Amino acid sequence: MDVQLRSVLLFLAYKLTRLGLLLAAVAVLTFALLSFSPVDPVQAYVGADMLQISPAQRDLIAQRWGLDQPMLLRFGNWLGQMVQGNWGTSMVFNQPVVQVIQQRFELSLPLLAIAWLLSGFLGVGLGVLAAAFQGTWVDRGIRLYAYTLASSPPFWVALLLLIAFSVELGLTPICCAAPPGALAEEVTFWQRLHHLLLPAFTLTFIGVANITLHTRQKLIDVLHSNYVLFARAQGESLAGILWYHGLRNILLPALTLQFASFGELFGGSVLVEQVFAYPGLGQATVQAALRSDVPLLVGIVFFSALFVYAGNTLADLSYQIVDPRIRLGGRIG
Amino acid sequence: MIPFASPRVAAADADGGMKFSESSVKGERRRQTLWAIGLCAFFLVSILCSAGLIGDTGLSPNLTQRNQPPSLAHPFGTDWLGRDMLARSLHGMSLSLWVGMLAAAVSVVIAAVLGLVGGTVGGWVDASICWMIDLCFSLPHLVVQILIAFAVGGGVRGVIVAVALTHWPSLARLVRAEVLQVSSSDYVQSSYRLGRSSLWVARYHMMPHILPQLLVGLILLFPHAILHEAALSFIGVGISPHLPAIGIILAESMRHLSTGYWWLGVMPGLLLLLSVKAFDWLGENLQALLNPRTAQE
Repeated sequence: MDVQLRSVLLFLAYKLTRLGLLLAAVAVLTFALLSFSPVDPVQAYVGADMLQISPAQRDLIAQRWGLDQPMLLRFGNWLGQMVQGNWGTSMVFNQPVVQVIQQRFELSLPLLAIAWLLSGFLGVGLGVLAAAFQGTWVDRGIRLYAYTLASSPPFWVALLLLIAFSVELGLTPICCAAPPGALAEEVTFWQRLHHLLLPAFTLTFIGVANITLHTRQKLIDVLHSNYVLFARAQGESLAGILWYHGLRNILLPALTLQFASFGELFGGSVLVEQVFAYPGLGQATVQAALRSDVPLLVGIVFFSALFVYAGNTLADLSYQIVDPRIRLGGRIG
Repeated sequence: MIPFASPRVAAADADGGMKFSESSVKGERRRQTLWAIGLCAFFLVSILCSAGLIGDTGLSPNLTQRNQPPSLAHPFGTDWLGRDMLARSLHGMSLSLWVGMLAAAVSVVIAAVLGLVGGTVGGWVDASICWMIDLCFSLPHLVVQILIAFAVGGGVRGVIVAVALTHWPSLARLVRAEVLQVSSSDYVQSSYRLGRSSLWVARYHMMPHILPQLLVGLILLFPHAILHEAALSFIGVGISPHLPAIGIILAESMRHLSTGYWWLGVMPGLLLLLSVKAFDWLGENLQALLNPRTAQE
């Protein structure tokens, strides 16, 4: 027990150190990138009205957002804000960045969670199906689907589904996270779900391709192994082989892949939310870039690094639940 | 997506090894590969050149022929100004292909240099290159691209820099592994013993070895670069709206969605999908041809 506790603590210390290094690197690189940027932040903030403001107003704006200070000082200020926990102030929303991210992420989270779970189950299911019926039309159909999806632009898939289900069939709403004009308190759970449905399915369909192809390949390797041949010789049915030999062997790589897809998922949500005008974190990313909200953009980059890192850490943690041979700290019992 | 760990190549190997074992079938397969390469290359080159060939025909507004669904005269339909969508899509696709190819080429150069340097020099240089690769994998590509495109100031340059700076890691990792493998071989070791510098070894021993890898890597990077270019333009942080890249055409079609003019979004997207697929096929078949293990099949 004591040994196990120690290995857990060591694992945590290792992970936290790596996270600290990663975040520090992201912060430094982001600011280095922005300090070399030829974009004038004041002009980007004011936009088309630039000709109408006087130099005095211009200086005032620069002063208000601290844009007149050297980059190093701004970096220091930003670090201070990070430590205080509000991550700077968003220029578009005029709120602490952490608040904006929190509000937006609350809307994005169900979308990401549904898409992640569904694409995981669907991907493994289709992969198993394709491998079990390798060479038949089932396999061909699934492979064609996966290859086509893997090379089709995510926003175009979203667009197609929007045309089909919202415009032509009228089954799902055409935009937003709630009916337009409804107060936040009045929106029912079913309305929310209704608005969530199509974006979540879109994200699912896009995410399925990779895991399907990997699961299929892995399971085919298993099915061609000697131990499966032996099991077959003993009269084990296909279902039994899949359940007792196949699933156990493909689950670990599938889990790794699915947890490693957090970055892909986040990127996909940016595009999907943009098409469906779903006011989540992805759309906030686009708005921050289009309206030159540097603090928010930096905050989102930071948050996305945390998000992807969380995915990788969860993968590490899930291994030892799935595979009892793996213990934290790389010890094999 | 991890372009180089693609299971489809492995799948093709496995299937090929089992089914096509007779030599007559092997020749057949090789011919098929060559045909696929030729066909894909022809398709892509014709798209690349199409913008120059058709010129401005079909691009001028024709208000008597607005919003027409796809027909024989206008296979992709016409838009709200009566412009031919096929001509617009071809122009956009050719622009997107050029931008994507340029970005992918820059990315491959970065990957080659970093992979070569990391593999030959070793030590802290190698460690920091590996760390940079890990760093790139720990951020969502699209978010980083948005940040870079924004910092560079948008436009064609912004897209190229953004896509180039985010697509090198997987190829760099591949090149580095390859270089490490080659440097333990006898001929490289004896080259060092003969007093060659690591730069000389990199130029004369490593380069020829990784060149085919780079070529395939370049072609397999194209689809990713093009898709990301289209995504950035679609969002609006990429190529300016005055240049009708394919992403911009698709973003414009969003505004006419609820009117039921489906062809504005469907047809250009289909062209994009076909182009990406063509690059994929080209890369896979080239890989099969260049890989000594599958070349004779």
